[in-house]
Amino acid sequence: MSIFKNKALPEVKVNGKTKKKLPPATSWGHYRRLNRPYSTDGQPRDRRLLVEIKNLSLAYEGRTVISDLSFEIHSGDYICIIGENGSGKTTLMNALLGLKAPSSGEIVFHDLKRHQIGVLPQKTPVQNDFPALVSEIVLSGCVGKKTGPAFYNKGDKRRAFENMEKLGITSIAKQSFRALSGGQQQRVLLARALCAAEKLIVLDEPAASLDPKACSDMYSLIHDINMRENMTVIMVSHDIKGALEHATHVLQINKNSIQLSKKEDYVAAHECPVCAEKPRTEPAAYGNSDAYKYKGGEPDA
Amino acid sequence: MLKIHLPENVFETLKQYFSFDFVWFALVVAILVSLCSALLGVSLVLKRYSMIGDGLSHVAFGAGAVAAVLGITDNMLIVLPITVIVAIILLKTSAEGKIKGDAAIAMLSVGALSVGYLLLNITETSSSNLSGDVCTSLFGSTTILSLDTGDVISCIILSLIVIAVFFIFYNKIFSVTFDERFSKATGTKTQLYNLLVAVITAVVIVIGMKLVGALLVSALIIFPALSAMRVFKSFRGVIFGAAVTSMVCAGLGVISAVLLGTPVGASIVVINIVALAIFSLIGKIKSK
Repeated sequence: MSIFKNKALPEVKVNGKTKKKLPPATSWGHYRRLNRPYSTDGQPRDRRLLVEIKNLSLAYEGRTVISDLSFEIHSGDYICIIGENGSGKTTLMNALLGLKAPSSGEIVFHDLKRHQIGVLPQKTPVQNDFPALVSEIVLSGCVGKKTGPAFYNKGDKRRAFENMEKLGITSIAKQSFRALSGGQQQRVLLARALCAAEKLIVLDEPAASLDPKACSDMYSLIHDINMRENMTVIMVSHDIKGALEHATHVLQINKNSIQLSKKEDYVAAHECPVCAEKPRTEPAAYGNSDAYKYKGGEPDA
Repeated sequence: MLKIHLPENVFETLKQYFSFDFVWFALVVAILVSLCSALLGVSLVLKRYSMIGDGLSHVAFGAGAVAAVLGITDNMLIVLPITVIVAIILLKTSAEGKIKGDAAIAMLSVGALSVGYLLLNITETSSSNLSGDVCTSLFGSTTILSLDTGDVISCIILSLIVIAVFFIFYNKIFSVTFDERFSKATGTKTQLYNLLVAVITAVVIVIGMKLVGALLVSALIIFPALSAMRVFKSFRGVIFGAAVTSMVCAGLGVISAVLLGTPVGASIVVINIVALAIFSLIGKIKSK
């Protein structure tokens, strides 16, 4: 477990300010991820069909909440699922994750396996007093890829370390999960999701119970991962404003209609000034964006 | 009035007792059973399934009564399969939410207890001392256990299987305990691991029943986990802490049974309670 030891990061001077510099890449895959160029025109470089949803109908306790829904998910998409309470957002997400069987229709995985999906679920009551270290929890994200006896190898530990580094939680790797603040816990769970995610990450209300600062940090982190790693993001959210800022597509679920539209079209149709103002931008490089300056030990306030 | 008294020469008495095989057998069985139950207990307590142990032990008592009525001498053959099946049914119903978990367990445990007692009362069994027998299977034997070699060997084999399974699937069990939805969505077969935990819980309870009796066996599952959770903050630490605490308590319980003639099951549980108190105190001091 030596990989989790807190390393003092080297400091560099940029424009007269000292900044912490990330350590060099720990593997070839890590190097490629760190040095990957962006596509800034909004079109991902590699757009492959991941999931096809065909005529999907879902029922929740005998009541049909979603009927005859068809759409496709491609790699690099950032889809935001929005809708009122009880409109079937979470049911749709559960169906995508294989936690709920569709009442009719099907969900076909094309270039995707179940163990390549990462999930950031809502926190459960069990987790509030669960005795576990941050590093143990982040590592457990790798467990879905193992069949049969599950022992972690060096690659898994490196993956966990990289993801903790991305989220700025290496300094709390040896702290107990239950003693952390809400924002820190959410980061830990996101790091675990990133360990599992190779192609698709599904986020259930990632900003719930976070204060505004932690909330915007969370969104820019997700945006960064989406842009840099061509990671497909599906986010269920109440917070339309925050969620739309970075999305490429919007799936709006209402009582009677479901509509998937490109974000630009959605914004134009709904005349949402906040979202229109901010175009999809390139995030700052690793280690420079505000989100990465977040230091573990301090409270969220 | 107190009946117990410490023998004058403690070490001499111990030496004398430990020259008998049956004392060693009791000690080995106690330590193995408590190790297994502590390992499982952490997962069960964290998943809010503590009462499952209690419910299953009552079911095992009922099954034992059925075996006695049918005149089967090796009652493991009946008790083990019935308890395993009930464990699977319990986990399935509470996962699907048809009957609320705690109600299902309460229902089953009192049901099995009364059916077992009724069966023993209305049939003619060879035993003339019915209430003594019932008391023994509920609270464990009154003094030191007398186990035959077959019991000890089957207990050792079952315990080793439980320990091996636990260590091989440790990471999976951690993941499923911490977040079942996440594990299932990312490709872990959670059903399979829940089934595995249910089956080994049933096995541990059946072998633990011989040691401490049906009513007290859930204490072996719950106390060590609770004690360790007071002090340790990592999952691995809690597992090791619970295992060591449980083994030490079991060893002390057997020794107390030897020296003072106290009932072995109740002694182990009381020592576990003392351990919980000590750990709570340490936890309080540490967090200050």
